[in-house]
Amino acid sequence: MKYLCLIYVEERLLDTVPAAELTAIEGVWLDYHASLRQSGRMLAGEALQPAESATTLRLRNGKLSLADGPSVDTREQLAGFYLIDAGDLDDAIRLAARIPQGRVGSIEVRPVRPLGLA
Amino acid sequence: MSVSIDAVYRAESRRVLATLIRLLGDFDRAEEALHDAFAAAVEQWPRDGVPANPRAWLVSAGRFKAIDNLRRRARFDASLALLADQLDAGDEAEVWDGEAVEDDRLRLIFTCCHPALPADAQVPLTLREVCDLKTEEIAHAFLATPSTIAQRIVRAKAKIRDARIPYQVPALNELPERLDSVLRVIYLVFNEGYSASSGETLTRTDLSREAIRLGRLLLELLPEPEVMGLLALMLLHESRRAARASADGELVLLEDQDRSRWDRELIAEGSALVERALTSRRFGPYTLQAAIVAVHAEAEDAAATDWVQIVGLYDVLARVTPSPVVELNRAVAVAMRDGPEAGLALVERLFARGELLDYHLAHAARADFCRRLGCNAEARESYRRALALARQEPERRFLERRLQQLGE
Repeated sequence: MKYLCLIYVEERLLDTVPAAELTAIEGVWLDYHASLRQSGRMLAGEALQPAESATTLRLRNGKLSLADGPSVDTREQLAGFYLIDAGDLDDAIRLAARIPQGRVGSIEVRPVRPLGLA
Repeated sequence: MSVSIDAVYRAESRRVLATLIRLLGDFDRAEEALHDAFAAAVEQWPRDGVPANPRAWLVSAGRFKAIDNLRRRARFDASLALLADQLDAGDEAEVWDGEAVEDDRLRLIFTCCHPALPADAQVPLTLREVCDLKTEEIAHAFLATPSTIAQRIVRAKAKIRDARIPYQVPALNELPERLDSVLRVIYLVFNEGYSASSGETLTRTDLSREAIRLGRLLLELLPEPEVMGLLALMLLHESRRAARASADGELVLLEDQDRSRWDRELIAEGSALVERALTSRRFGPYTLQAAIVAVHAEAEDAAATDWVQIVGLYDVLARVTPSPVVELNRAVAVAMRDGPEAGLALVERLFARGELLDYHLAHAARADFCRRLGCNAEARESYRRALALARQEPERRFLERRLQQLGE
């Protein structure tokens, strides 16, 4: 079963984290990324540009409107994601618990809805 | 005959359900199968006699009914046919793996108390699935509407299904954390039945009894020290029930309770469990709290209480689970050992740190220290503050009486 692990970090807070700690987290993260990829459990995984780089679009009555910024303003911003293959929620939590960004932000684990699409 | 089916239902329905959930992989499907299995028993047992192994009969009947139902519905939803085939292919050996069957009830408990479920769903789900309380009974006990409780249960089951929360006893390295969640649920059920003792309906006493029953079941399935500790804690608290409230439903403080009304059998059982848990050296906060209550239980009267030992136990508890409430309880014990000014100093230190300012019992403790020191004005001030924060009627009446005694 697939789970999407959404990595949320408070971008504002990142400015206050000492550079050495950020480097350390990044080091752990690169290791995690490599080991997850090697395990074959990672279906996709990317880091995102800051939320302010986002563009949100809406289609209403066939008309497209664009807005600057993320869809919802939240305290923590979406910073990256992993799409993983796990046996059950406990298994997914075990994999997600090792994402180092969880130490400064939070990781939301969402089951993927099976639609039977190819 | 119907009497014996009732007896089988009471003795076996939760075990059968627990096994059916494992075999069918879904709570709702298992409940439907359980219902169908008992319906078949009502029809067949009077005619053919009660089977030698009723539990095995019910599990098989439920499983076949579930597969039948899926096949019937598969005409409208093809994916169900595949599921029915998969379930049908599960061989009998797997169904009757003795170890798996033994663990089914434990699986059910851990799944209902899974920390990924909202806290306010864990309690009703456990009471519904493990204890077989009706939604209306749970709602009544928790002063909620049946539809609120039903909705929480439905959502929790949907999450178990959609997020695929596994039906498993956690691995050893995850056990302590997962067990904490189970113990918290059981203690919540107990407290709900215990803290609202006086003048309340019988149902709430039933909740405490249900929690103790759950504690006994868990200990039987998983003899961990903290399970012993929690069961001991509940038994020792329960032993005081008759003495905790006066005939007219007023709160009676521990020091004023008629100890001849304490239930000696419960105390003996609880104390023995505490000792067993302590000798394991793997005990935690529940065992320590139970040990404190056991020391109280040993004292012939309030004056004979071994406060030195109680303060010592609170010291350990504060190290294991530091919290302002533990510090407050320790302050009360210190005041009994060293005098009210020592307790007052500790509570003042908590307040100075901004802790427990909203907690009525902290102000009530301060008031009591001041009263014993003869500082009546300060005592009144703190009793008033406690009264403004207290929610439970018996507690409020107690605080009002204290205020009156101080000549307000």
